[in-house]
Amino acid sequence: MDEKRVMIDVDHVTIRFNLANQKVDNLKEYFIKLIKRELMFQEFLAVKDVSFQVRQGEAWGLIGTNGSGKSTMLKAISGILKPYKGTISVNGSVAPLIELGAGFDQEMTARENIFLNGCVLGHSEQFMREHFDEIVDFAEIRDFLDSPIKNYSSGMKARLGFSVATMVKPDILIVDEILSVGDYKFKQKCMKRMKELLSGGTTLLFVSHNIDEVKRLCDHAIWIHKGEAKMIGEAKTVCDTYMEEMKK
Amino acid sequence: MNKSSSKIVQYVQEFWKYRDLLKLLVSRDIKLKYRRSFLGYIWSVLNPLLIMVVMTVVFSTMFKRNIDNFPVYLFCGQLLFNFMNSSTHQAIFSITGNAALLKKTYVPKYIFTIAKITSGMIDMVFSLGALVIVMLVTRAKISWTALLFPFVLLQLYLFCIGLGLFLAQGNVFFKDIQYIYNAITTAWMYLTPIFYPIEALPEWLCWCVKHFNPMYFYVGQFRDLVWTGTVPGPLITLAGWGAAVLMLTVGTWSFMRSKDKFILYI
Repeated sequence: MDEKRVMIDVDHVTIRFNLANQKVDNLKEYFIKLIKRELMFQEFLAVKDVSFQVRQGEAWGLIGTNGSGKSTMLKAISGILKPYKGTISVNGSVAPLIELGAGFDQEMTARENIFLNGCVLGHSEQFMREHFDEIVDFAEIRDFLDSPIKNYSSGMKARLGFSVATMVKPDILIVDEILSVGDYKFKQKCMKRMKELLSGGTTLLFVSHNIDEVKRLCDHAIWIHKGEAKMIGEAKTVCDTYMEEMKK
Repeated sequence: MNKSSSKIVQYVQEFWKYRDLLKLLVSRDIKLKYRRSFLGYIWSVLNPLLIMVVMTVVFSTMFKRNIDNFPVYLFCGQLLFNFMNSSTHQAIFSITGNAALLKKTYVPKYIFTIAKITSGMIDMVFSLGALVIVMLVTRAKISWTALLFPFVLLQLYLFCIGLGLFLAQGNVFFKDIQYIYNAITTAWMYLTPIFYPIEALPEWLCWCVKHFNPMYFYVGQFRDLVWTGTVPGPLITLAGWGAAVLMLTVGTWSFMRSKDKFILYI
């Protein structure tokens, strides 16, 4: 176990967030804030001093209540946010599924969006052309390829986003509660694809409020509470403790 | 030394990796601009042509000026200034407008700014078709020097990328910049000899424009090539390249310095 490569090394990471307060009642307050430089920026620590290591092939679940800093953690690992303190080192390619279809342009057709989204993820146009059919078949949207994405339902967009992102075998797959909009059949399909990737050596980071899903898919878990890592360990133990705490 | 040079290599590699994204963003801008209009791409030739006709009529009846072939003179200035104006105004929003995407995936952010300037440039190259039409209709003398126009456009392109990067990063922290910039470009337009000869300005102002207005460097060179049919002088060429490199350096530097903080403000 220990011989496996460390894929993600999160070392004492603290992440800052901007909580710019919009409520300024009067001119006096405005100037005070302006001078204190609080007008545009109000610091909020979303993640405080968290450390953990993920090795190759492991599946980690991140659990915790809403607003506890799970997504912020994932964003930092995907390179969207820079940690304020501490370091994050990531070995290998990351496919972040933080919000499906974030790269979609509403005015463009699904066909054009597949290419656009693929390029956002760092693939070449040539590469996308080679895998185009595979993506369309997985998402089951062939009949609607040439209509603009604004006419798509959220479930259909999620399908398309998932297919584009998981078409290549990434070293690290980051999934942030995105499958909640898909129908049952598609969810099963996504689960199957994630398991395939996992057995192929991909490392998974998974955020979900469905604790059973976490237990089924993950071998490790981290429970984040108000920005702090409350518990790190085997998925089952962490999930059970979390559920007990929640029921209190 | 070694560390910083490896960092530059890293940046170049990253840009290369995302080159297809740049291509797609540019083609998206161009496709979406005229999608669902009846005349489609023809508008990029027709639109400047119509505006030029209006302006020629206005300025040749209201002000008597002794400029030979006024339509071509006007068009040279108008095309270049319009490109600078509209592409940088769009570049201002290139970061804030893509906030949803930048919050969800990692993409080098300057790609969006460069894409806006590039699509503006391509649109302008289409519009050069309108200039050719005007030159044919007015029976202008067409000289071989006109073929050198890409050199001027390259300077202007680099200048606009620098300016666009600077404005885009500024707009993230300081939203007022879009309104201030509106006023600045209006003043800038009147201070650039687009529809009047530069000699019409008072002497001190003329001196200022000739020395400090980068758009004068580009419009001047372009007119030398297309309207007068001569090779532009070494001074104005040097000034054009100098302004382009300077603006590009300032823009890149300010963008790189603040890019990691964008996410906290968008």
